[in-house]
Amino acid sequence: MNKKTNTEQGYWRLVWRQFRRNRLSVVGLLILGLLTLVAVAAPFLANDVPVYMVKGGKSYWFPNVISYQELEAANFYSTAMRWTPGEGEYALRPPIPFSPRNQMLLDNKRGPSAKHWLGTDDRGRSVAARIVWGSRISLSVGFIAEGISVLVGIFLGALAGYYGGRTDALIMRLIEVVMCFPAFFLILALVALLPPSIFTVMFALGLLGWPGIARLVRGEFLKLRESQFALAAKASGLGDARIIFRHLAPNAMAPVLVSATFGVAGAILTESALSFLGFGVPPPTASWGELLSQSQHLVGSGIWWLVVFPGLAIFATVTAFNLVGEGLRDAMDPRLRQ
Amino acid sequence: MSTNTPLLRVRDLRTQFHTDQGVALAVDGVSFDLKAGKTLALVGESGCGKSVTAMSILRLIPSPPGKIAGGTIEFEGRDLLGASDQDLRKVRGNDISMIFQEPMTSMNPVFRVGNQLTDVIRLHRGSSKADARREAIALLAQVGIPAPEERIDDYPHQMSGGMLQRIMIAMALSCQPKVLIADEPTTALDVTIQAQILELLKSLQVSKGLAILLITHDLGVVEEVSDEVAVMYAGKIIEYSARTSSLLETPRHPYTQGLYASLPSMQRGRTRLHTIPGSVPAATQFPSGCRFHPRCPHALPVCKETAPPWTPLENGSGVACWLHAEAKP
Repeated sequence: MNKKTNTEQGYWRLVWRQFRRNRLSVVGLLILGLLTLVAVAAPFLANDVPVYMVKGGKSYWFPNVISYQELEAANFYSTAMRWTPGEGEYALRPPIPFSPRNQMLLDNKRGPSAKHWLGTDDRGRSVAARIVWGSRISLSVGFIAEGISVLVGIFLGALAGYYGGRTDALIMRLIEVVMCFPAFFLILALVALLPPSIFTVMFALGLLGWPGIARLVRGEFLKLRESQFALAAKASGLGDARIIFRHLAPNAMAPVLVSATFGVAGAILTESALSFLGFGVPPPTASWGELLSQSQHLVGSGIWWLVVFPGLAIFATVTAFNLVGEGLRDAMDPRLRQ
Repeated sequence: MSTNTPLLRVRDLRTQFHTDQGVALAVDGVSFDLKAGKTLALVGESGCGKSVTAMSILRLIPSPPGKIAGGTIEFEGRDLLGASDQDLRKVRGNDISMIFQEPMTSMNPVFRVGNQLTDVIRLHRGSSKADARREAIALLAQVGIPAPEERIDDYPHQMSGGMLQRIMIAMALSCQPKVLIADEPTTALDVTIQAQILELLKSLQVSKGLAILLITHDLGVVEEVSDEVAVMYAGKIIEYSARTSSLLETPRHPYTQGLYASLPSMQRGRTRLHTIPGSVPAATQFPSGCRFHPRCPHALPVCKETAPPWTPLENGSGVACWLHAEAKP
């Protein structure tokens, strides 16, 4: 509707307009978009199972993501890499025709080539395929760990800020206790105690990342609880839980979003460090930190591709998140608005 | 129910704030009745305890530092001060609703106005989303919002102050409350919008038989809409009139007289406006005796010593002033 074009300029539209002015942040956002695409489309980018194939007179669409019973019965999936289409058969393979688990022992520790774009590791697995699939681990650990932090942080921060007094004192002391621990060593200890899995890593990272968010939310709530609309909501008979989480919390989201963006970068970095030390995602799952850790005991053998490519992936991802976070922070700060 | 039974009965209400400067006696022994279908205006300067009185009724006083230290508040014979939080929540917004001074800040900026309205309707009535929305549109039409089907999806920042106050009124009336507490409902609005809002309140009162507790410092507003007036000074009601017009004709308390004398008038021509010397004392350090005596032009020696008793006047009115007390010490 025409008459609304002036007034319909919502908060997020304003933030977006401001965000766009920052070139680097837009680049960061593009990198993140690309990365998400890579993570989502991993089975189409790096896989030994073709995307489309004709085998035994039958055509299959997307056997890489759909499990066909007759292929399963013929044990095709575990031998797909070695299968070459015969007469009247056809295979359209993904650009990297290896899965991250395909071991080509004859090809191990090969440098980048036309066959293995980014080389192979010491078991002959394609580094390119492992980086593509590793992006799934990095992104999901980053987002879920930070998601846990954000949920816990909002919950505790909101309670502390809204109720104040003793509740506040208690939660603030808890925050101080958690912040006092050298986080990385506590995470190492937690991961060592709990059964090794990707969820353990997410859980441990999430449970230690919330204090910063909780402090931010508490600060916002100290302001919000004095607001007239909080009083109006109370006067309308709404309960505390509804006022806190439905009416006030959305007003505290802007700083949380900025902080969470940096938090995701931090979680990805920590996950890589954990995997590098061998405490992260258990093998044979591909992760960037795990690739780096392989390079650790191959140091001095000139196998540079195992250091450079996963390192670059981590670097690009973390930098992209930080750039986006900075852009968001500036875009949401009304004092910097032009 | 006969119109003489009060819906809301407040007796000897005492609300205090414990601050670093001592205990502030924000409301100190306030009593009044609010009758069905009537408007009682609570008038007074800033800081005299009007809003605290209003907030005490729904127990909205932030605690700590605030505390209701004594008195009773009864709604239809039910005790509100002793009610559980859960019972109180059923009263808030349902039986007694409240509208506030600043419509711009009383709406949540992140929600469309319709969602805030339907939230309250669904909470108290348990109606479905679609029903609540239909009802909300009808309410918006009732309070005079043009094109309510469209405006219901607007955000608060897309509306003017007058519109928002209309929406606040719609929200307050959404559950057909019996009592509406209006805390300076027109103070933040333009004069022309003020008149419209008051007109709206009056017409809604007639059609719904609402009892309104109108908190204001504007004697013009009092004159326009209220049936009864209570004048507050320093935490106490110092004069009450069962008929607004009689208070306007013959104010008894020197403070009320001072307030009226301070109004600009067309008849008196171009003279300097009258002012009451001094200012309202801090609630932590009220003067002894009559709290108005340091500013009172007619102060007697006794005013310094003892607080004046409540002197009943004709048809339920009354005043707390030694000048009108029958037995002078």
